[in-house]
Amino acid sequence: MNVIELSSVSKTYRGGVHAVRDVSLRIGAGELLAIVGPSGSGKSTMLNLMGTLDKPSAGTVRLLGHDIARLRDRQLSTIRSRWIGFVFQQFFLSGHLSATENVATGLLYHGVNRRRRLQRAEAALQRVGLGHRLHHRPYALSGGEKQRVAIARALIANPAIVLADEPTGALDSRSSAGVLQLLQQLNSDGVTIAVITHDRTLAGRLPRRIEFLDGEITNDTGVLS
Amino acid sequence: MTTVDTPTELVPLPGPRRLRLSDLLSVGFAGVTGRPGRAVLSAFGIAIGIAAMIAVVGIGASSQASLQATLNALGTNLLKASPGQTIFGQNATIPYDAADMVKRIGPVRSASATGNLNPTIRRNSYVDDSITNGIGVEATKDDLLGTVGGSVASGSFLTAATDKFPAIVLGSVAAQRLGVDRIGEQVYIGTRYFTVIGILNSVPLAPEIDRSALVGWQAAQSYLGFDGHPTTVYERSDPSEVNSVYQVLAATVNPQDSGSIQVTRPSDVLAAQFAVNTTFTGLFLGLGAVALLVGGVGVANTMVISVLERRQEIGLRRALGAGRGQIRMQFLVESTVLSGLGGLGGLVLGIAITTGYAAVRDWPTALPAGVLIGGVVASIVVGALVGIYPASRAGRLTPVEALATT
Repeated sequence: MNVIELSSVSKTYRGGVHAVRDVSLRIGAGELLAIVGPSGSGKSTMLNLMGTLDKPSAGTVRLLGHDIARLRDRQLSTIRSRWIGFVFQQFFLSGHLSATENVATGLLYHGVNRRRRLQRAEAALQRVGLGHRLHHRPYALSGGEKQRVAIARALIANPAIVLADEPTGALDSRSSAGVLQLLQQLNSDGVTIAVITHDRTLAGRLPRRIEFLDGEITNDTGVLS
Repeated sequence: MTTVDTPTELVPLPGPRRLRLSDLLSVGFAGVTGRPGRAVLSAFGIAIGIAAMIAVVGIGASSQASLQATLNALGTNLLKASPGQTIFGQNATIPYDAADMVKRIGPVRSASATGNLNPTIRRNSYVDDSITNGIGVEATKDDLLGTVGGSVASGSFLTAATDKFPAIVLGSVAAQRLGVDRIGEQVYIGTRYFTVIGILNSVPLAPEIDRSALVGWQAAQSYLGFDGHPTTVYERSDPSEVNSVYQVLAATVNPQDSGSIQVTRPSDVLAAQFAVNTTFTGLFLGLGAVALLVGGVGVANTMVISVLERRQEIGLRRALGAGRGQIRMQFLVESTVLSGLGGLGGLVLGIAITTGYAAVRDWPTALPAGVLIGGVVASIVVGALVGIYPASRAGRLTPVEALATT
């Protein structure tokens, strides 16, 4: 079973800009891959399509076999809350919430009660190595720690795939290495992770690379199974 | 192009989950408390509107409570009959024995009469007789004071003994205008001096007596050419029978021509003064409503700005699985909380204003519970209404648009 499957997907924005053209790819469970390319190559559009944040202009995007074009907004929202974990370059943490509370928002739209959410948030923070920072506010955390909090938030619902958009883009090289190491470790525990990045060095350290230029795949190092 | 999936392999779609009410409320509150300064400022407009409305109604109710207390003390059972005009347009007269006739009506407890006299009252004989100072001279039965509920400030009222002598009792305003402050002084009426034997306190239910000089019935006939026809009959009856007495009073006072007699209830005049005050209440209520409206627009404005500023938060929540409806509800709750907090502030302010004003005017404080609850409910309704537009804008943002802003 493919976690994500794109068949001949194109995305055209108003004004005739082809952000992505005729892209087909499959991501299997347990993969760790990079979608890599310079800015303007269509990476962000790929993130939006794979994350069900946007629908393709042509072709089909399937998530665990479900064609997202057929699903309504409410269903897509539920899919995002259950099957997809997002990690963003800017972390998007709430300044007035503690690390645990920030992570717990990952379960806010699951119908789980607050107590249970906080318990699971603590477990997720332990998992990313931040067991000693549970009650810190984001301003008291380093950049690398903030991104770990964001990763914990993405993991808390046990998603089918984690989509990380430039996860090291706002970090220095040491913190970047730490975050990369964390992603590799999580992947070895069975988490499927797609990293969207312009950083070829980072991409080069991941098992699979899908290279983009001008909205098309120029190279795919292939599925390792 | 279609790829065929075997449906049995599909992982079932997860069922949608509701955002719990407690979570919705805490998210809404967090949105308000996250920017306390702005929340206070935009809730302030609502607070002023609600405070104005509560204060206006509260002050009106307090004034009414005070009027009620006054009426309870004075009694609403006093009726006054006076001649109007006959059907031929002449001034009507009341028969000599009208007051005694009225006393025979069953529920009547007491009745008395005054008769208007032509001569003017002056401080002394050197004052021109055209200067009246607005003071009327009235022939008066000696039981008048008890019937209208008046009291003597100094000296005594007319009695059977003083009824036929040139003695005079002054109403409170009359005494002031004549400059008479103690009994025993002489005042000039018609062609001779009268001795002041008493000065009255103000009579709230019969203010015309305040501006009168009262002469004994017989003295008026012997010294001032009084014809003996009363011009006003006062009566006080059993409070529960006032309406029955009202209906027969004119016919009793003048059986020959009851249509020429006007019957009034002086306590109604006090109530009418209150009604005049309530027209201002309407004006101020309107101003309060305008303030509430402006406050509502302020909240809407704050919410629109908030939605613009928090696109990333909206984008993140959408990525975390919030549906459009959940985002809409979040901002609707936020707007309602903001406005409702303003309403609570207005409630406190309104109660404080009413209590303070009532204390200054020496009124009892009256705050109808319905108005207090209504004020808070109104602020919540306003918050929900003005929240609809910003909330729907927040809900319409697509996740991509929301996340794209950096």
